[in-house]
Order: sequence, then structure tokens, then C-alpha cells
Amino acid sequence: MVATIINPENLVYARPKGFTDTPSHYCPGCTHGTAHRLVAEVLEEMNVLDKAIGVAPVGCAVFAYNYIDTDFVQAAHGRAPAMATGIKRVWPDRVVFSYQGDGDLASIGMAETVHAAARGENITIIFINNAIYGMTGGQMAPTTLPGMKTTSSPNGRDVETQGYPIRMAELLATLDGAGYIVRRSLHDPANIRKAKKAIRTAFEAQVHGLGFSLVELLSTCNTGWGVTPIQSLAWLEEHMIPAFPLGDYKIAPEVAALKI
Amino acid sequence: MAREMWKGNEAIAEAAVRAGVEAYFGYPITPQNEVLEYLSHRMPELGRAFVQAESEPAAINMVYGAACTGARVMTSSSSPGISLMQEGLSYIAGTEVPMVLVNVMRGGPGLGNIAPSQGDYNQICKGGGHGDYHPIVLAPASIQEAVDLMPVAFELAHKYLNICTILIDGSIGQMMEPVTLPEMQPVIRKEYDWAVSGAKGRKRHLLSSIYLDVPTEEKVNLRILGRWREARENEIRFKEYYLDDAEYIIIGFGTAGRIALSAVRAARAQGIKVGLFRPISVNPFPYKRVEELCKQAQSFLVVEMNTGQMLKDVQVAVRNRVPVRFYGRLGGVMPFPDEFVTEIQEMIKNPGKPEDDPADLWYQRMIAR
Repeated sequence: MVATIINPENLVYARPKGFTDTPSHYCPGCTHGTAHRLVAEVLEEMNVLDKAIGVAPVGCAVFAYNYIDTDFVQAAHGRAPAMATGIKRVWPDRVVFSYQGDGDLASIGMAETVHAAARGENITIIFINNAIYGMTGGQMAPTTLPGMKTTSSPNGRDVETQGYPIRMAELLATLDGAGYIVRRSLHDPANIRKAKKAIRTAFEAQVHGLGFSLVELLSTCNTGWGVTPIQSLAWLEEHMIPAFPLGDYKIAPEVAALKI
Repeated sequence: MAREMWKGNEAIAEAAVRAGVEAYFGYPITPQNEVLEYLSHRMPELGRAFVQAESEPAAINMVYGAACTGARVMTSSSSPGISLMQEGLSYIAGTEVPMVLVNVMRGGPGLGNIAPSQGDYNQICKGGGHGDYHPIVLAPASIQEAVDLMPVAFELAHKYLNICTILIDGSIGQMMEPVTLPEMQPVIRKEYDWAVSGAKGRKRHLLSSIYLDVPTEEKVNLRILGRWREARENEIRFKEYYLDDAEYIIIGFGTAGRIALSAVRAARAQGIKVGLFRPISVNPFPYKRVEELCKQAQSFLVVEMNTGQMLKDVQVAVRNRVPVRFYGRLGGVMPFPDEFVTEIQEMIKNPGKPEDDPADLWYQRMIAR
């Protein structure tokens, strides 16, 4: 038993309470596991695991509830912000969040996302941007970079016929209902720590009733991109960050004033 | 309680409030707008949830989320909007959570028009969305009946963990008549062992319609079917008029049934022994009662504001025992009682044979006009 040989004083890393002991279904190298863990850690640290209700998307994270140990519902493709709205309006004092990929949030669910933000819906969205449809096998996403090869843009995304990627954080930041909109990355430990802090701030904004909060997380899909896990982290840094600059796009003054 | 003049859509909205609806999500579409408009002030006044969604898909998915909390939740829409909601309705059926849907039908297909129609009977009764499920559908013929059915709809939805639809058309939604509204009922929020509320002091609850394990999905389908079979056994509702000595029977639901009552009275005044059978639960459909009526009826006349959608259910029950005649008006045209009286007279003159195809004969008469 691992637990018995660890001296509690030396324990620096353990499974968070909000994270179930379930073997991951994600591909080795995928950053979903990191993002899931950050959400679980934050909910535990805020002591809200027993009042949190998650909304899982359609996409690779459809089984997010197998890992994050809170009440959970599972939405239709793109409709998670609407479903979260329905739950939050009935339970205003609960912590309601959705976890969505780029196809789910920025393509089929664009209307639900934009309008939840416009309403200042007091929910938190964790948005995984890996520039591709992972679950369905690597098709072009609304965030696929120009020239990027996918199974539905085999010669590279041609902006003449297939348009340009959508920068969701920038787009949502223009809406008055948005309280906290930032973009972070999961490609190295320093950025993962920043991502966690942003997730914490987003949930704190919700708990304090400060409006719609969304953390966009640049993520990898080494399987869909056709590279190794390590190559994918480098690719993210080299290609995705220039296209999707990290930063704070909207921090309402009330959110900025929160002591976290 | 006083009898007051109410517009159909507003009376339905107030009846839902008095039945304890806790959350409403909708999108404007004629001819149901007054439900949304009325609830936009009434719900916040009572501290209950109201959202005008950005679209029907968003509205039904807000309903889906709220339904997962176990609260009494509803939406309303009209034909094209209901089509847009089918995705969410299928998910709600597959997740086995309760909701009430008010469908104020209008002329179609496509954008159609905003006149009263019954063209969505099949869509609403036979599922509409993907997968095997059977929503409960109640079809009132007056504002009073709609009001009286609102608490029933919530009870059935929660009892059978199913969608319960109040199916009316634009005329019932838009007209005004005197109604007696029920007393305000307290909001009931039961502690369901499936609802999401935050897992405080209990194991967490997961609500989903995904079952990748195929045998499990089969079991879920059987569970849904089991509850539907129970509803089929217990929730048959209909109304009968002048059937005691009736030799001929008209069958019609909702507005067509209501117009048929005027026709029956006019025909009775001419000495014709005709009665009316009006299904209220159109799903589950009162097959057994129609089957029993075959012993008494020399023939049936089915009247609808569509091309003969409920007719198919009547034919399943009649099974060629007696002749069935059909008369329908389409695309938002409301039939007059006189048209039905003429049909009754024609039916008596020429009853036809039990194996005749009533929809075909009606079509031939319609295009020959």
C-alpha cells in the first residue's frame, strides 16, 4: 500500500479529494487530465465539492464526471451553458460549471456561450482549446490554425474557403455580462500554476456573484495533431500561443478586488 | 372562485404558476408569445426562475438543466420552435427527467403560418426526437380544460419521469373565455434520489443520456418503456358526449373535437343519433374505449385539422370492424360545424365499407372541390 510507506510530513503530492480513483480514458500525453485535476483541486481548496454541479460536454470530456467527483449532468453538444443556466437559476447558491472543448463551445455551442456571457450568467466555464476535434478523430475545429492539417482540412486549413480561427476569450471579453475572461496554457509547470490560479479566480467570481467567468486553456491533442506528447507541448508553445495570446481579457473591477 | 375572462395563453401561464412551476425558459414565437410575456413578470414577482433564451434549442436545454434539479419546470412554443426543441426533448427523455411542454400548434410545414392547426400530432405523440421514447400528451379543447390539466401535467411528468405535453392550437392560445382558475398551490421541491443539488451528505448524482455499454442502454430503454406501459394503463383520459344512444360517433381532439360538439348538437336537432368521443390523452391514446365503441357505432367520422394523423390511431383500434370516414382541414384552416354536419349526413347516406381507406377517399373529395 503506497499510503502506508509515505511519511505524511513528506507528502507533497496526492490525489485531490475531488478527483476519483478512475483510470483515465484520455490518450497518453493529453492535457485534459491536467485541466481536470486543476478543477478538482480548486473545488476542494474552496471547500465547495459538496455544492458544486458540473456540466459535461460532448467531446473527449464527455466523461469528465468519471474523474471530477461532484454532482454532474451531461449536456447535448454545445448546450452546456444553457443547461448550466437552467441549474444555476434553480440553485443560485450552488457552484455550477461546465467543461467544454473548442468544437462544443465555439462551434455548435457558440450561441449558448455568447448569450450566457451576455446575460452575465453566474456560471464558470473551463474551455479547452486544442485547435481540433479530438473525439471524432481530428477534424477541423473553429480554433484550427490557418494552414493546420486536420482530417477535414487535409491540405491545411485554407482560410479562403474554410475561414479563420475564432479567438473566444477576446470575443467574450467585449460583453458587459462577462466578469472574468482569461486565457492560460497547460504546456509547462509554470503555466499550469497560472492556469490553476485563474480557475480559482473564476470560481471565486461565481461564488461572489460577479457574473460570467471563463478560463480558456490552450491544450494539446497529440493524437489528433499526429505528434508525440512532448512534441505537442512544443507545438502549442510555438504555434498556438502566437495565434491565441495568453492574458487577461476581461477582469471586472469587483473580480480584481477579490482577495485570493 | 370567480369566473374571469382570460386569454388562453395567459390562463395557461397562470395555471402553471399556481401548479407550482419553479422555472420557465422560452423563446418568442407566435401564437404562444403571451405565455412567455406573462411569465416574464409573474415568475420574478414570485422569486421564481424565468429566462428568455436566445433560441429554442437553448430554452429546452435550460429546461433540461433545471429538470435535472427535480424542480417543476416548463417551456412553451409553437410548431417550428417545437421542431428546434426536439434534440433537447430526446435528451430529457433519455435522461429520464420530468418536464412540461406547452405546444400551441400553428399551420405548417416549414414556416407555415400563425393560424391554428393540428399538424404536429404525429411529431408530438410519436416522439419527434431521436430514439425510443413516448411522451405523455394531453389535448384540451377549451381554456378551462387546459387550466385544469396544468397541475395534472406536472404530476404526470414527475410520476413517470417523462415529458408531459399540453397540446393545443393557436385558437385556444389566442381566444378569450371565462375560466375559473385553481387556488395557488405551494411550490413542491421533492428530495429526489436522482436530482442534482450538490452532493452534501450523500453520494453524488450523475444524470446523463449516454450509455456506451450497449446492454445497459437496452436496459434503460426497457425501463423507459416500463414506465410508459404503466402510464398507458393508468392515464387514459377522454370525454364523451351524447353517446348513450348514438348510432354514429365523431372522434376529434382539441379544437376539432370542440367544433365537432357544435356539429353533433346541430345534427341531433335534425334527429340524427350522433355522439362525440373526444380523446384528451392523445398519448396514451384511448384505443380500448374506441374498440368498445365499435360495438355501438354503425360508423365513425374522424375530424382533424391535419391530413389524418390521429385517424391512424383510430384505425388501429377499429381494425376494420366498422367503416371509418375522415374529414380534415389543413394548413391553418379552421373547419366550421356545418362542414362536419354535411360529413355526418354524407356518412349516413353512404357509409362505405370497413376496409375503405378514409384518408384516400377524403383526399379525392378535397381535390375534386
